[in-house]
Amino acid sequence: MSDYRIHGATGEWEVVIGLEVHAQVTSRAKLFSGASTEFGAEPNTQVSLVDAAMPGMLPVPNAECIRQAVRTGMALEAQINPWSRFDRKNYFYADLPQGYQISQLYHPIVGEGEIEILLDDKDEGSARRVGVERIHLEQDAGKLMHDQHPTMSYVDLNRSGVALMEIVSKPDMRSPEEAGAYIRKLRSILRYVGSCDGNMEQGSMRADVNVSVRRPGQPFGTRTETKNVNSVRFIMAAIEYEANRQVDLLESGGTIVQETRLWDPDKAETRSLRSKEEAHDYRYFPDPDLLPVELSDAFLADCRASLPELPDAKRRRYEGALGLPAYNAAVLTAEVETARWFEALLEKLGHEHAVRASNWVISDLFGALNRLGKALAESPVTPAQAAELLRLTADGTLSGTLAKQVFEIMLETGEDPAAIVEARGLKQTSDTGAIDKVIADVLAANADKVAEYRSGKDKLFGFFVGQTMKAMAGKANPQVVNELLKKALG
Amino acid sequence: MSVDAATVRHIARLARIAVSEAEVEALAPELNNILGWVEQLQEVDVDGIEPMTAVIPNTLRLRDDVVTDGGVRDAVLANAPAPEHGFFAVPKVIE
Amino acid sequence: MAGLTDLGVAQIRDGVRDGAFSAREVAEAFNAIVEKGRALNVYTVETPELALAAADAADKARASGDLKPLSGVPLGIKDLFATEGVATTAGSRILEGFTPPYESTVSGNLKRAGAGMLGKLNMDEFAMGSSNETSAWGPVLSPWRRGDGGNAPLTPGGSSGGSAAAVAARLAPGVTGTDTGGSIRQPAAFVGIAGIKPTYGRCSRWGMVAFASSLDQAGPMARDVRDCAVMLEAMAGFDPKDSTSLDLPVPAWEASLSSDMRGKRIGIPREYRIDGVPAEIDEVWEKGIACMRDAGAEIVEVSLPHTKYALPTYYIIAPAEASSNLARYDGVRYGLRVAPEQGNLTDMYEATRAAGFGAEVKRRIMIGTYVLSAGFYDAYFNRAQKVRALIARDFERVWERCDLILTPTAPSAAFALGEKSNDPIAMYLNDVFAVPASLAGLPAMSVPAGLNAEGLPLGLQLVGKALDEQSVLNAGLALEERAGFTARPEAWW
Repeated sequence: MSDYRIHGATGEWEVVIGLEVHAQVTSRAKLFSGASTEFGAEPNTQVSLVDAAMPGMLPVPNAECIRQAVRTGMALEAQINPWSRFDRKNYFYADLPQGYQISQLYHPIVGEGEIEILLDDKDEGSARRVGVERIHLEQDAGKLMHDQHPTMSYVDLNRSGVALMEIVSKPDMRSPEEAGAYIRKLRSILRYVGSCDGNMEQGSMRADVNVSVRRPGQPFGTRTETKNVNSVRFIMAAIEYEANRQVDLLESGGTIVQETRLWDPDKAETRSLRSKEEAHDYRYFPDPDLLPVELSDAFLADCRASLPELPDAKRRRYEGALGLPAYNAAVLTAEVETARWFEALLEKLGHEHAVRASNWVISDLFGALNRLGKALAESPVTPAQAAELLRLTADGTLSGTLAKQVFEIMLETGEDPAAIVEARGLKQTSDTGAIDKVIADVLAANADKVAEYRSGKDKLFGFFVGQTMKAMAGKANPQVVNELLKKALG
Repeated sequence: MSVDAATVRHIARLARIAVSEAEVEALAPELNNILGWVEQLQEVDVDGIEPMTAVIPNTLRLRDDVVTDGGVRDAVLANAPAPEHGFFAVPKVIE
Repeated sequence: MAGLTDLGVAQIRDGVRDGAFSAREVAEAFNAIVEKGRALNVYTVETPELALAAADAADKARASGDLKPLSGVPLGIKDLFATEGVATTAGSRILEGFTPPYESTVSGNLKRAGAGMLGKLNMDEFAMGSSNETSAWGPVLSPWRRGDGGNAPLTPGGSSGGSAAAVAARLAPGVTGTDTGGSIRQPAAFVGIAGIKPTYGRCSRWGMVAFASSLDQAGPMARDVRDCAVMLEAMAGFDPKDSTSLDLPVPAWEASLSSDMRGKRIGIPREYRIDGVPAEIDEVWEKGIACMRDAGAEIVEVSLPHTKYALPTYYIIAPAEASSNLARYDGVRYGLRVAPEQGNLTDMYEATRAAGFGAEVKRRIMIGTYVLSAGFYDAYFNRAQKVRALIARDFERVWERCDLILTPTAPSAAFALGEKSNDPIAMYLNDVFAVPASLAGLPAMSVPAGLNAEGLPLGLQLVGKALDEQSVLNAGLALEERAGFTARPEAWW
């Protein structure tokens, strides 16, 4: 268990965290209407009469949304419920045209599951399992804009009716770091499965953060819910702020009110949603316009067969079959795009070079992309080109130093490495005759240092290597230079 | 179960219907009358009976994931009391 | 031609087909009589131009030899059906001015079958009522008057009061109604016409303003059983836009009509004999039983033990579903908006809904909200759904002993306007015989069977097995042929 504690005035407090993630399902059309789900359209242009809740409109469910929820559940090793039902959650708001949201309360489509998180990529011992309570499908609401007019708010229903998976964790997390790791891992799994693009800035994935505090060993305290937090950083900050707020309140004799709060990123604090209404009474009841969802064995088998290799399995395979160090395996499998890029590279290079390739990707490639401010998807170098570069190093055509030079040119020009080597004559030479001649010149020009080396100053060896490499414009094969220098110096 | 004025006001609030004090006073006995009448369902032995979920046996049909709708903003806004630049305008909501 | 408005649906269809008269002549005749009948307050919107346009299309179709099943027949459409480009209010102020940019599947089916529209028919607000007295556009007056010489205006029943009165007063040869807890059958009985509520899911609910989703069904009302069969064939059918729609072919109900009841067992449920119901109801029931025997049926005493719980069950489930279905009427996207000065969104909701909904609708929304609310869901709504399952099971068991049930449609003849509107439960009791079939989703029809001492119509109800509208229609025909009901209201308007 985590040893994260809030150190209050009267002693230590443990933090209990649960996360409810709303993930927009990747599908072309909405959950109950045939309107498009694409982001960024003109207001109210992706709205059907059903979405606008016109009189007499009725919902018809989208098979793909059901499929994506099931596939997601399977990726979380969760119980899939072959019989589930939609319920209406009744409340009034301008972004909720029906006056109710079609959701699933009593019988969700997915039951209990689990996510494994790694707090420290370099430390297998930092692994934790966080329970998932359930996943259900529900409609997203529309968007309200408050800043377009002094006295009116504007309603855009484009998003109204888009399918959401609500993924509810068990209250198993005990620190902001655990919560951060959970969200990152969940997001990664969703992207691996392809059921949600996990784009938190665009709002296709957001979290409601439930926080309570307690003395270690005591029962759970009253929790608050901070809604619609849309970045990992904010989630962690909100947890820390809220936990500290609760501790301060309890220690000064107050009680925690079970309430909904909002995260204010500018002030870096949570704020109570003080509204005129009393506590919500959603009056859930089964939606009479829909029959229960029944999933056949064939459908379930099809969902399972469609799953790609998931991150945990991939990580274990990288460590096992490919022999990668744990850290490399963790980094390369954290995001599906990274793993796919790496595997495309290995496809061309050959699995026997996997370790070297992984090291190169993590330090050289990622280093360069960071420097250039580019994401992997925008890399000027393709996996095939990277494979070629690594092969040229493996077969001795390029030294490490030369390879770095060639890589820089590849980044700038997008050219293939072999072409660059050819055009600029960057092959390293192992021509012993040529190297011997240069070594002779270097030793002749530095006779005093030769004498010093021969009388015991071993460190000067590096100086001779440097001078030789410099004189050969970096093109000498370093191993050969080392061998020949040793011979020449004695 | 019997409802008092406070409950009537609470239900009216949940249902977003403004009720005057006079209406609240009139509604309480009316609702109590009806609720008292439906109370007789408590007599029925429903042990082991599942609530009805589908009136006539039928399976839920799932539709294909194809965009078949939307792009009808004019129709959607045609009856709007306060259409503004392609939006529905409502009195401001404070969050 | 004066006689044209005395014709029924099949007669007009056949007459147009055979060239006895043109569709235009029919439409013009009905348009004229609709105007004359305004005192009954049956039509909330008249659409004479649309009736003429459909008539002209029918005449053209006849000339080119591709007549459709209802070509030339002008119909009245209950204002619960969304009709494209024509005001649709469901009898409510909250939809004042609402003009749908879409057509309901059922009214669309009728139009695609060649029928024309005379106008939208008045109804109880949001289909909640049994007397058409809750309409925001004023009550419908029954074309019938009591034989006592007084002129007390009577109710045509409800919620399809406008629909029923239109047919009885010959202001339309046939009409659409909707039935949630008897709203086709009871008004049909009150005004002496035929009306059928089909099996739940037979007719699409898409574009039909929703009251109680698990109960609402569209159905035809006309002067006789054959006309109902003709219309129902055109109205029914699978609709992929309605998830509760039945994916089954529409049977050829008209062609298979037969009044031969030999081999059929008619069940007489003892629980439908209720104390306090006027003797005339029992008498017409006995008359119906005799008719069935005469047609060759075997009469069987049966029991539907949970019958008395049907009305309270209905008055929990229907308001609950309605409270949710009517939440969309909030002044945001269509219909009435009342936005108080300096008010916020909640103020707008509350003021709009207070001004837009009538007293009965508000009452039912409140009941519905209450029975779903925290702490009461199990005791009320969930329990009611269990009792509903028991009521449905009663019917399933009874089909082992009979093929159809015969009962009175309503516990009385039509009453006077205002007579029951102060007592909601007295009003609800109008549907005591109709509601069980609604809860079980079974096909049920009312056929006029006689007149009471005051000269007012009395109807009898036939309930059949799920999907067996044919047996219901056949039994209805047998009853109609023998009951000798030929009375029609004398035009006082």
